[in-house]
Amino acid sequence: MLLRGLFNQSREIEFFRFSNLLSYVSLGAIAVSIILFTILGLNYGIDFRGGTMFMVSSPEKVKVSDVRNTLSGSRLGDISISQATNPLETLSAGTLVSTDNIFIIKVEKTEGLNVETKVKSLLQNSIPSIKFLQIETVGSKVSSELVRNGMLAVFFAVISVLVYIWLRFEWQFALGAVVALIHDVILTIGVFSILRYEFNLSIIAALLTIIGYSLNDTVVVFDRVRENLRSFKSLPLLKVLNKSINNTFSRTIMTSVTTLLALFALYFLGGDVIRGFTFAMIWGVLVGTYSSIFVAAKILLILNVKRNWDEQDSKAGTQF
Amino acid sequence: MPQLSFFRIFLILIICVSALLFASPNFFYSMVDKKLNNPSQTSAWPNFMPLTLVKLGLDLRGGVYMLLEVKTDDVVKEKFDFLWSDIRKSLVKKRKELGSIRRIDSPSDQLKIEIGNQEGISFAIQEIEEFNSSTELFSSRWSGSVTRDLLEISSVDNTIIIKFSNEQMTALEKQVIDQSLEIIRRRVDETGTREPTIQKQGRKRVLVQVPGLGSSEELIALLGKTAKLTFNEVVSMDTSSNVPAKMDEKVVGSEQNKDLFFLLKKRPVVSGENLTNAQPSFDENGLPAVSFNFNPSAALKFGNYTKENIGSPFAIVLDDVVISAPTIRSHIPGGSGIITGNFSVEESNRLAILLRSGALPAEIEVLELRTIGPELGRDSINAGKLAALIGGLLVLVFMWLSYGLFGLFANVALMLNIILVMALLSILGATLTLPGIAGIVLTIGMAVDANVLVFERIKEEINKNSSIYNSIRIGYEKALSSIVDANVTTMIAAVILFFFGSGPIKGFSVTLGLGIITSVFTALIITRFFIDLYVLFYKPKVLRV
Repeated sequence: MLLRGLFNQSREIEFFRFSNLLSYVSLGAIAVSIILFTILGLNYGIDFRGGTMFMVSSPEKVKVSDVRNTLSGSRLGDISISQATNPLETLSAGTLVSTDNIFIIKVEKTEGLNVETKVKSLLQNSIPSIKFLQIETVGSKVSSELVRNGMLAVFFAVISVLVYIWLRFEWQFALGAVVALIHDVILTIGVFSILRYEFNLSIIAALLTIIGYSLNDTVVVFDRVRENLRSFKSLPLLKVLNKSINNTFSRTIMTSVTTLLALFALYFLGGDVIRGFTFAMIWGVLVGTYSSIFVAAKILLILNVKRNWDEQDSKAGTQF
Repeated sequence: MPQLSFFRIFLILIICVSALLFASPNFFYSMVDKKLNNPSQTSAWPNFMPLTLVKLGLDLRGGVYMLLEVKTDDVVKEKFDFLWSDIRKSLVKKRKELGSIRRIDSPSDQLKIEIGNQEGISFAIQEIEEFNSSTELFSSRWSGSVTRDLLEISSVDNTIIIKFSNEQMTALEKQVIDQSLEIIRRRVDETGTREPTIQKQGRKRVLVQVPGLGSSEELIALLGKTAKLTFNEVVSMDTSSNVPAKMDEKVVGSEQNKDLFFLLKKRPVVSGENLTNAQPSFDENGLPAVSFNFNPSAALKFGNYTKENIGSPFAIVLDDVVISAPTIRSHIPGGSGIITGNFSVEESNRLAILLRSGALPAEIEVLELRTIGPELGRDSINAGKLAALIGGLLVLVFMWLSYGLFGLFANVALMLNIILVMALLSILGATLTLPGIAGIVLTIGMAVDANVLVFERIKEEINKNSSIYNSIRIGYEKALSSIVDANVTTMIAAVILFFFGSGPIKGFSVTLGLGIITSVFTALIITRFFIDLYVLFYKPKVLRV
């Protein structure tokens, strides 16, 4: 077939040739992400910031400035207005009014619930044809809880994974995997800081899925490392790692490609509501694939796994 | 050679057929939905087929999602107010020993009393202990939960601190929440929407989900009001709120006139709890009003009160605002009456609903409110379907190009995988949300992973010149450990998401988790089955993976 033999198994790529350089790249990227996050912060959605979000559409041509003028002077606090595109319109016109303009309006701070009625009546007066697709109000009490739950979820995910890999492998593997995870999460936060995509509840879900995916990749490599450590007892660790990455490389690429194919379909066709989520996932798959080879395995190389697997200490690392 | 036992074929057939059977209604959604809603009508959907439909989340079908918090603290505060007035009465008699007695500021879960003479403190505590077993404090609806020790009494210097015991607090909270749930349910039911979900969340929260409702305004109007109705005696009327009020009196504003204030007796003559019915109607001038009926005991009270107070005004108070204050013109014996005010027809309808459903025991605060219009939901479903279709096709083509015949085996397994996820979602009654669809699309991408792991191993074995069947067997054996590890870790993420996520995110974790289980099943059982069939019946000389 067309793609057969794309990954020639007899060929060995030397993954560790530039690994020192790549370590600095990774460290640099982490540093830049942290700096970006501290300076720019994240563009938190109303889930985490509290406030009211309106998604409205109008068949008439309405400009962002018109909407802004309508709402200014109403003492509503900070308002942000952006225009959304709906890719479905161009793809399958007919299922939607194809000339619709979709706006997303976010109003900060809610005192009571009159923001909703106020904005609604203001908009209805100036744009009679307006349709309210979605209105969401999140009080500050809930938003702070959502932030806390989100952080707890990511934290627990990392911890449980650490424990699982520790039980199944050795502590060096666990540490390598977790460093790779943290690398992925920090880089994702960095990318969200600079691109100003909205950071909301679904991004937390994406982060957790990235953790799952990145780990999936790392574990497959590690599994091979463990096996090869047993088969090639005298081979230096570097060679064993390189061999293992090569053994699993075609699988790594295959799975990344199929996942990315599905994700790109979702990104371009899945609509605005989950675009941020899909973007995070695509980024996560790319970074996760990179980190399982260049971060997790590199850490393993640095920590130097002990080699006497089959001897005395057979209780460590439950095997199937 | 591979074994094709009867049991294995039977198991695979059963699973495939039942998956198809239970997933099938979803592919004829509108047809089945119609049949479910009008069972009497004849439908194109055959009777012997199952009616399992995936429940669509609010983000897909449109509707209102509302998270409410019941302010149970208010009820506790009210209890302490009553307790304080009773304690004060009993302590005032012993003023000689105790000196001055006053209530001081305290957190809402306690009552702090300061007395002048510190020596009298144990005496005062002794007096207060009397209330510990007093059932009067928890009269009427609280009486069910009376335990031996209602109060925890302690003292610091000359201050006495009174708290409710933990059991009492829990019982009180539970009763307030349960009652609120019941009243919220009655009010939501009055809107006539179908299948509203009303659930308790955590200790004092209520989650209300009403699918198909296009706007939250009506719901807010119905749930935002406590609807505590009382009929009070009017002491005087004034244009200022600075009226000196005695212990048993309170100043209340007026709905109709901003500059009018009423001084009322605190203890109502009768209250809304005693209503047996309330209906929207019209007064003698043809203006919208609400007519009501009292139960017999309240009717007697109300009758006696009107008989004795002909010519003086009384106030109809709703949520601490006087909605009208008519003058009693005659004795009203029948226990029925009419409330007039500046109502529109809509408002009188709503007031009647509120009065019928009863007052909420405490105020409720709206913490979270999400309204999704039906158009957006429909768009999301279409977008999700399209993405799943295109994403799925891309993966199928890619797998075929990469692995040829084996890729086609994996593709059949992948399609069965999606059907299995749909069937499981339908059987479990799980809710499908937009992130849930994303989870399915992601599963499409990741589901082939287990197959890929196996295929790559088989390839390695072929390169080692193992026999055909051995390559397959060893390939599967060696890949198993990686498959288990890789999927357990993703499963961990899905489980954590399930417990920490809310609403749509939970939907994502469900489809992701189910997808992991079904993809491992299809890779290990279904693909293997096809490969074994191929080897058994086609007897290939070389294996091309």
